[in-house]
Amino acid sequence: MTVTLPGPAGRTARGCGVAGGTLPDDATRLDVPGAPSSAAGPAASGTPVGHARRAGAGLDGLTVADVDRADKLAAMRAGELGSVHSWELVTAVDGPGTRLTVFLNGCPLRCLYCHNPDTFAMKDGRPVTADELLGRVRRYLPVFRATHGGLTLSGGEVLMQPAFAARVLRGAKAMGVHTALDTSGFLGANATDAMLDDTDLVLLDVKSGDPDTYRKVTSRDLEPTLRFGRRIAERGLTGHAPEVWVRFVLVPGLTDDPDNVGKVAAYAASLDAIRPGTVTRVEVLPFHQMGRDKWDALGRTYELDDTPAPSAGLTERVRDQFRVHGLTTY
Amino acid sequence: MTSVSEAPGTTSGVRAEGAPSTDSAHVPAWEGFTDGPWRDTVDVRDFIQRNYRPYTGDASFLAGPTERTTGIWAALSAMFPEERERGVYDVDPHTPAGITAHAPGYIDKAHEVIVGLQTDGPLKRAIMPNGGWRMVEGALATYGYEVDETLKKVFTEYRKTHNQGVFDVYPPNVRAARSSHIITGLPDAYGRGRIIGDYRRVALYGVDALIAAKKLDKLELDTRPFSEAVVREREEHAEQIRALGELKDMAAEYGYDISGPATSAREAVQWLYFAYLAAVKEQNGAAMSLGRTSTFLDIFIDRDLEAGRLTESEAQEIIDDFVIKLRIVRFLRTPEYDALFSGDPTWVTETIGGMGEDGRPLVTKNSFRFLQTLYNLGPAPEPNMTVFWSPDLPQGFKDYCAQVSIDTSAVQYESDELIRAHWGDDAAIACCVSPMRVGKQMQFFGARVNLAKTLLYAINGGRDEITGKQVSPVAAPVEGDVLDFDDVMAKFDATMDWLAATYVEALNCIHWSHDKYAYERIEMALHDKDVLRTMACGIAGLSVAADSLSAIKHAKVSVVRDERGLVVDYVTEGEYPTFGNDDDRADAIAVDLVERFMAKVRRHPTYRDAVPTQSVLTITSNVVYGKATGNTPDGRRAGEPFAPGANPMNGRDTHGMLASALSVAKLPYDEAQDGISLTNTVVPSGLGRTKKEQVTNLAGLLDAYIGSQGYHMNVNVLNRETLLDAMDHPENYPQLTIRVSGYAVNFVRLTREQQLDVLSRTFHGAL
Repeated sequence: MTVTLPGPAGRTARGCGVAGGTLPDDATRLDVPGAPSSAAGPAASGTPVGHARRAGAGLDGLTVADVDRADKLAAMRAGELGSVHSWELVTAVDGPGTRLTVFLNGCPLRCLYCHNPDTFAMKDGRPVTADELLGRVRRYLPVFRATHGGLTLSGGEVLMQPAFAARVLRGAKAMGVHTALDTSGFLGANATDAMLDDTDLVLLDVKSGDPDTYRKVTSRDLEPTLRFGRRIAERGLTGHAPEVWVRFVLVPGLTDDPDNVGKVAAYAASLDAIRPGTVTRVEVLPFHQMGRDKWDALGRTYELDDTPAPSAGLTERVRDQFRVHGLTTY
Repeated sequence: MTSVSEAPGTTSGVRAEGAPSTDSAHVPAWEGFTDGPWRDTVDVRDFIQRNYRPYTGDASFLAGPTERTTGIWAALSAMFPEERERGVYDVDPHTPAGITAHAPGYIDKAHEVIVGLQTDGPLKRAIMPNGGWRMVEGALATYGYEVDETLKKVFTEYRKTHNQGVFDVYPPNVRAARSSHIITGLPDAYGRGRIIGDYRRVALYGVDALIAAKKLDKLELDTRPFSEAVVREREEHAEQIRALGELKDMAAEYGYDISGPATSAREAVQWLYFAYLAAVKEQNGAAMSLGRTSTFLDIFIDRDLEAGRLTESEAQEIIDDFVIKLRIVRFLRTPEYDALFSGDPTWVTETIGGMGEDGRPLVTKNSFRFLQTLYNLGPAPEPNMTVFWSPDLPQGFKDYCAQVSIDTSAVQYESDELIRAHWGDDAAIACCVSPMRVGKQMQFFGARVNLAKTLLYAINGGRDEITGKQVSPVAAPVEGDVLDFDDVMAKFDATMDWLAATYVEALNCIHWSHDKYAYERIEMALHDKDVLRTMACGIAGLSVAADSLSAIKHAKVSVVRDERGLVVDYVTEGEYPTFGNDDDRADAIAVDLVERFMAKVRRHPTYRDAVPTQSVLTITSNVVYGKATGNTPDGRRAGEPFAPGANPMNGRDTHGMLASALSVAKLPYDEAQDGISLTNTVVPSGLGRTKKEQVTNLAGLLDAYIGSQGYHMNVNVLNRETLLDAMDHPENYPQLTIRVSGYAVNFVRLTREQQLDVLSRTFHGAL
């Protein structure tokens, strides 16, 4: 057993494969059998428990619902039950203040750089009731008050489980909690108006601006994402609309083409043109290799083995492409 | 730039006539202060409450370093590399330390604003044989100094030391527990420290008034009928009075008459520092903390500023120079000692901020000035800057603290809420996390016991898992291959009974002897006559023990026995919750252990009727403790370090820094009144995109943690890469300061092993 030094930063899956400015290193823990596993983690069978890092953030402290398959499907359809990957209390990455970020399982996209491939399939999550989750939200009310934080639903893709998400957002709002939705927007049509009324912030992950590149990266179409952003901006003209932070993952050789970046930037600016003040922040997130081992562990083929992290120069160039539109960009 | 001889009021010093006195006679030194009971009895808190001016603004008023300050610090800094290289800069091996043992010393006599050194030269260490001669001899041998044979004869043949005293009275069970490392770090060969003299009294009243008050106390003792306790107190008071006299003599050698109160801000700092200096000239205590001085001193500074006698730059210069002195307090110690308390710490802990009982913040401009020294002089581990945090503190101060933490990693935070509720609003921290009312309370420092190893003893029927020796009383070891939670818990409980009894016995022996052979004369002279004493026990390895029990309870743990029949390893199958994820299933086990051991400690009589307390703190001994402990059921391998203090085990807290902290916050302070230590490291980007965001978020996190009954948090804001680079190129990082369990150290002064331990601890990217 080797001592694995912790990575420089965060240890949790950032939703939607978005690499934070602080890099998750869960990959370094993933392939270690026998690490004490959480209720949601893989069982550590037969191997002496070691000092190595554990397999995932897990669901510690959340009760996993004990339901049979038929009841489960009905409860999920009603939004009473969700398929949940893990939770974390994080600061400065998933919205303002300190946040309870809940990662849901299931995603329609297959981003080449995703460092959370273990959230692809909804079946891989654990069943957790909305009430149970809201209990944890309630527990952290003082934390949210002190840090001006709140709840962030992430994934996977939250909008794979719209009824569950809507119920949780409603419950959080009823407690006066600031809410954020971290989404690719691909399933934006699943977000009801009522759900958007209960959302204060949308972290909109625009994976690429060029439709062909978008398809190459995600194997899906760009248009639904663009439509979702515009819908939010337009809502703001007549009533409540969530604030939007646009996020863009910069992958050398994949998403860094100036034209591709320029189109994302122009799109972000166009949302502001619909309603000034829609996009309050843009985050350019440098790609990292810390998700690689996770792909191997899942037996999936990882195509970015040789892709380097972007240089500081490249990252700045891309950020400047946003800044020329007057967008606040990090 | 004032030299000592030109300084106003240095020798003429306006005297307070008979202060504190029962009349309200005019005392020129107190001109401008609001009267109150503090004039009639020694009552510094009353003086502060009636005279301080809370400051609710931001840091914009602060001044940078003067050229003089920068020059002095540069001169000292040039000496540090040699000291780091050799371990010491210089030693006086011939002169046993004492308040007046050494001639006055200076860094740069003409330019020092505040004067006084422990010996006749900067960084020159004194020998303090009263604690034990072997420590002195060991240290001298380590650093290549000859042993003075006459002194050796004196301290081995004629004059008994604390160390000899303890070993004369240790019973065999204590010796066995000590040598098997289940109880470690006991102050039986070194000064116990953790006593805070109320050094402010000297500035406010002058030494003569304090002597007069002590004489009155002694008179009262003289009238009491004989008992050993009464006679001991009489002798101690005689020693205290003698020490106060020596304090005056020492100041006089520097050209100051401190018999009366300080008349100016500079005098107030100088008087106070002389009192502290006397303590560190005489006692090599493990922690020689300063107390809560900044807001007290602000009253004097504010008076001079108002009167136009002082500028902000001059005020800062005085504090900068004071802090320079505090940074170079040095003791001669052995490598074994350094392994326990690494990085040459002195714990000159200064308590800053907090709220008053009347709801006014105790934050003054001088609270800011103390923190500002971390910019003016660069980061440093000493003095140990300790902020008493309350969500009610003024935002400007909160933001400045957060900013200083982000820039220097040199600040620790303790819960003002919990401390004020228990010990009032004039309490201060001794060492890392030990709170006490200044001048009214002291502690008998008790190091700590190894709870994880105790669990292994329980499993093995009292035999040591490494040596196989029977250490705790013979008991039935676990039978069969799979550990049963109830069975292990019952055995653990019984072993803890033995441990608590042995431990308190050891501490009673130690403090009986310390009072007798190495009494802290000057520190106790700056206390009230009737002092609350606590017996400060401690536990290490809490998270290892809790996770081990959680594994036994929630998963299947099989044992592996060696040829001696000893359980030496464990195989764990299945899932189990671990401490540090805000998961009540695991956290409740840790809470239970804290409550359980405290209850056992409380059953035993203590020396001088000290009130038993405990801490969950390891300092840097988590490495040493881990080394002495075999494989544990949580999967930790033999020899691996424990987590520091109350920290969850590295890498097992996977739900973010705050979730981890909230688990620790569940440990009940009522059952660990000597403090619960948590150390966290976060990368800057884990706090926010911009500096402003980082400041706001860190302040918010502290609000959230303290608001959730958290007790203590060390905050490091560092990149892992920085530490790696510092290991390879220490010369580039002379001032790189990091917080470890309850104190700060220069990272480059840690052993490589300890540096690796720091690196292996969880870095929180996203808090």
